[in-house]
Amino acid sequence: MHNHEPPIFELSGQGKIGVNLPQIDVPQSDLPADLLRTDDLAGLPELTEPEVIRHYTRISQRNFAIDTTMVSLGSCTMKYNSKLHEEAARLPGFAAAHPLQGEELSQGALQLMYELQAYLGEISGFDAVSLQPAAGAQGELTGILVFRAYHLDRGDHERVEVLTPDSAHGTNPATAAMAGYRVVEVKSDARGNVDLEDLKRKLSPRTAALMLTNPNTLGLFEEHVVEVTRLVHEAGGLMYGDGANFNAILGIAKPGELGFDFMHYNLHKTFTTPHGGGGPGSGAVGCTAALAPFLPAPRVRRVPQTDQASPPTERGASLRPANAAPLPEGAYEFFVPEKSIGRMKTFHGNFGMLVRAWTYIRSIGAAGLRKVSETAVLNANYVQARLKHVYPAAVERTCMHETVLQGKLAMAPEVRTLDIAKRLIDYGFHPPTVYFPLIVPEALMIEPTETESKRTLDAFCDALLAIAEEAARDPEMLKRAPTTTPVRRLDEVRAARQPILRYDPAVFARLREEGLQF
Amino acid sequence: MTHYIPITDADRAEMLKTIGVERLTDLFEAVPTDHRFPPLRLPDPLSEPELRRELGRLERMNAHASSHMIFLGAGAYNHFVPAAVDQILRRGEFYTAYTPYQPEVSQGTLQAIFEYQSLICALTGMDVANASHYDGGTALAEAAIMAINVVRGRRKIVVAPGVNPQYRAVMRTLLQGVDVEITGDENPEASLAEVAALVDQTTAALVVQSPDFFGVLHDLRPLTTAAHAAGALMVAHFDPIALGLFQTPGEAGADIATAEGQPLGVGLSFGGPYLGIFTCRQQYVHKIAGRLVGVTRDVENRLAYVLTLRAREQDIRRERATSNICTNQGLMALAAAVYLSLVGRQGLRQVAELCYHRAHYAAAQIAQLPGYQVLDRGPFFKEFVVRTPRPVGAINAALREQGIIGGYDLSGDYPHLGDAMLLCVTEMNSRADIDALAAALRAVA
Repeated sequence: MHNHEPPIFELSGQGKIGVNLPQIDVPQSDLPADLLRTDDLAGLPELTEPEVIRHYTRISQRNFAIDTTMVSLGSCTMKYNSKLHEEAARLPGFAAAHPLQGEELSQGALQLMYELQAYLGEISGFDAVSLQPAAGAQGELTGILVFRAYHLDRGDHERVEVLTPDSAHGTNPATAAMAGYRVVEVKSDARGNVDLEDLKRKLSPRTAALMLTNPNTLGLFEEHVVEVTRLVHEAGGLMYGDGANFNAILGIAKPGELGFDFMHYNLHKTFTTPHGGGGPGSGAVGCTAALAPFLPAPRVRRVPQTDQASPPTERGASLRPANAAPLPEGAYEFFVPEKSIGRMKTFHGNFGMLVRAWTYIRSIGAAGLRKVSETAVLNANYVQARLKHVYPAAVERTCMHETVLQGKLAMAPEVRTLDIAKRLIDYGFHPPTVYFPLIVPEALMIEPTETESKRTLDAFCDALLAIAEEAARDPEMLKRAPTTTPVRRLDEVRAARQPILRYDPAVFARLREEGLQF
Repeated sequence: MTHYIPITDADRAEMLKTIGVERLTDLFEAVPTDHRFPPLRLPDPLSEPELRRELGRLERMNAHASSHMIFLGAGAYNHFVPAAVDQILRRGEFYTAYTPYQPEVSQGTLQAIFEYQSLICALTGMDVANASHYDGGTALAEAAIMAINVVRGRRKIVVAPGVNPQYRAVMRTLLQGVDVEITGDENPEASLAEVAALVDQTTAALVVQSPDFFGVLHDLRPLTTAAHAAGALMVAHFDPIALGLFQTPGEAGADIATAEGQPLGVGLSFGGPYLGIFTCRQQYVHKIAGRLVGVTRDVENRLAYVLTLRAREQDIRRERATSNICTNQGLMALAAAVYLSLVGRQGLRQVAELCYHRAHYAAAQIAQLPGYQVLDRGPFFKEFVVRTPRPVGAINAALREQGIIGGYDLSGDYPHLGDAMLLCVTEMNSRADIDALAAALRAVA
């Protein structure tokens, strides 16, 4: 691995260019002198194509990624991303289609979206699906805004609280707050479930919803999920399903049948659209028929004979301009659900991700999806079984697709989870999620996914067991890890105290004078 | 077994033994029995060759930038994407990586985002850029939310009617749960000066777009002065390509500036994934949403990149976070970084010049056509409004027959304009294309 690659700005040379653009082939028009930028774009670098390619290729090699190693990040579902999906999304009819070019010219894209809506609904047991939200957190916000609209539509104005378990992802309380709700935390019990007594105490006529991840962030299936959904409904609240852990239950259980009213799908987790180093994702959402009229616009339907002939979940106004010629019956079109909360983002969602998810579902089918979850759960339980006598499990139970262990080693009390995670890097593995969920001290949250072989799982477990032995023998070695990476442990406090958030030649010159190598 | 699952039957038997259960189904006993293993009614799976055929059938039913001449913009733009951009995006080390929470094994992604932030600051003249939002619309909505958080005690956002209607819709959707008034765009013909006059002591921000939805360039400096005089923030939405020639939000004095980053090396992709560019002044950095990459050093005194100022984010602050955003558009930010590195200082200006001169050539050609009128709304960049002799739907239907995707029909969002379309010309439309458009418009008049 390369030790240094300077910021791209330091590779710049005056007069260079990395693209081959057309000549201006029309008469030139006057430019409005008072509106021109005055700095001559002096801050942008100048490079040729080979220099740009080498720079970004070199820095890419300073990453761990699924294509190079197992990434066992819990709640992230870092499974293999099919190469076919990348080809599919780059077909010109998908990759170079304009979102506003009209339904006449977009029937293939719309059919794909319509079918994906139906597949996701079937897999999760919901009546209606919107593909618009851009990521899981946006799916959550969509759900809470839909709940709000539903309650208000019924004249129910008193529901100002959203309940979230103490094990919830941070996005849940952040979302509820963003939608204007007060967040009320519900405790977990000793078996890792929602504490039913605490839930009963906190449910009230003020309850708008409970946001629940199932399996939860301890990697455990909620043993009383049907009871939980019943209690929330009896209190007049609605059940939000955080789909981050949906990879555990494809063909195993349908959230819609368990009493959830709404859920988001992380297509970038369960349906293997790539994480991209932090996005793009896709946070499509599904819901019951009662909530369908509130979904964000636009959704896709087949053109009905009349609006009344539409299924109830597909009623609403067409998005077509008033003067456009009608589409033939059975063609695909966009529509705005009758009581839609509006538009969550521009256009129709992260379409490129939808193409990948559709391709995934079509390539493995129903049996393949069930096999995915069965194997994901098998792999997680295997890792748990091999490690729990050294790394205690947060809860002693059969887990689902991930296991939460603790980096509390009896023979090396001074060693922390962070040290174990960093040492794992020297064995060539990306660390698991650490210090989450917050209710587990020294948490190590491991999600192997179904696309790792037994050979890799064994190597991963062997590494963690070897680290435990190292910890007992030489704890200082763990504190020094990692040692094999392009950079080692960082001074993160300095980064926050004196933030340098962009390249500035003077600042970087000073860093060099201070002896920094880069 | 599918071709993505490497566990053999023998592996499974051995693993179940280690776990201490007899059957695979024993692992699912926590699932209520009457809801366990529901059938999934899905189409039969397809092999890769079959699937390629089906994908091909669907994609061929769509028009695209190679099958048609595109003169449509309205928030999504047919700009040139150099081949080198996608070659970098296709590197598994980038696109199959996770969010760079573990900096020692994520220096590639972190350096790329740091360079993206730096390039965006150089492009805009702003102090700080974050690691991205979902798209231009959500970036602008987050700007409004941030303004409410910065300017304490004020609950009003004044937004100009020339801001993209979809962005205004997104802003209203995302803010519907909180007590904030969004106003200023009730009169679609209100001038920017009239809109700025609505900014008062209760206003948190003035939100404008330049070039506006109609393609018109504005000098934003007087608007900044007006906003600041009332104690409000100036939020400017820009077109990153236009900054190859025209006034930057930094020069305009904007406090927060956002953009749709799709023109920077991200394809049309039927509307997404795109790139929300978000920038602000240094003094507001602790109120910014989303991820930020900064510079520090490791124990061996090597320069290193790391996510920083994390105490603003949802996984740490939970209900007190500045936003719920987690996954963003990281790979699209990489695309923009590679694009800006390739075009660089000269190339960006050339792209902007091509757009400007070709759009003005197109406007001049169309202005000569009987029945058509190019509206003079002020200096414009790459889009302009044309009044049409017939409804836009009928004109676009005729253009489709000629392999042309015509302009955006303004009659829905701006009915007062009558039959009018918003045309867009970029560096991808040659003079010959423009002449073909003019001829087709003449024929349909």
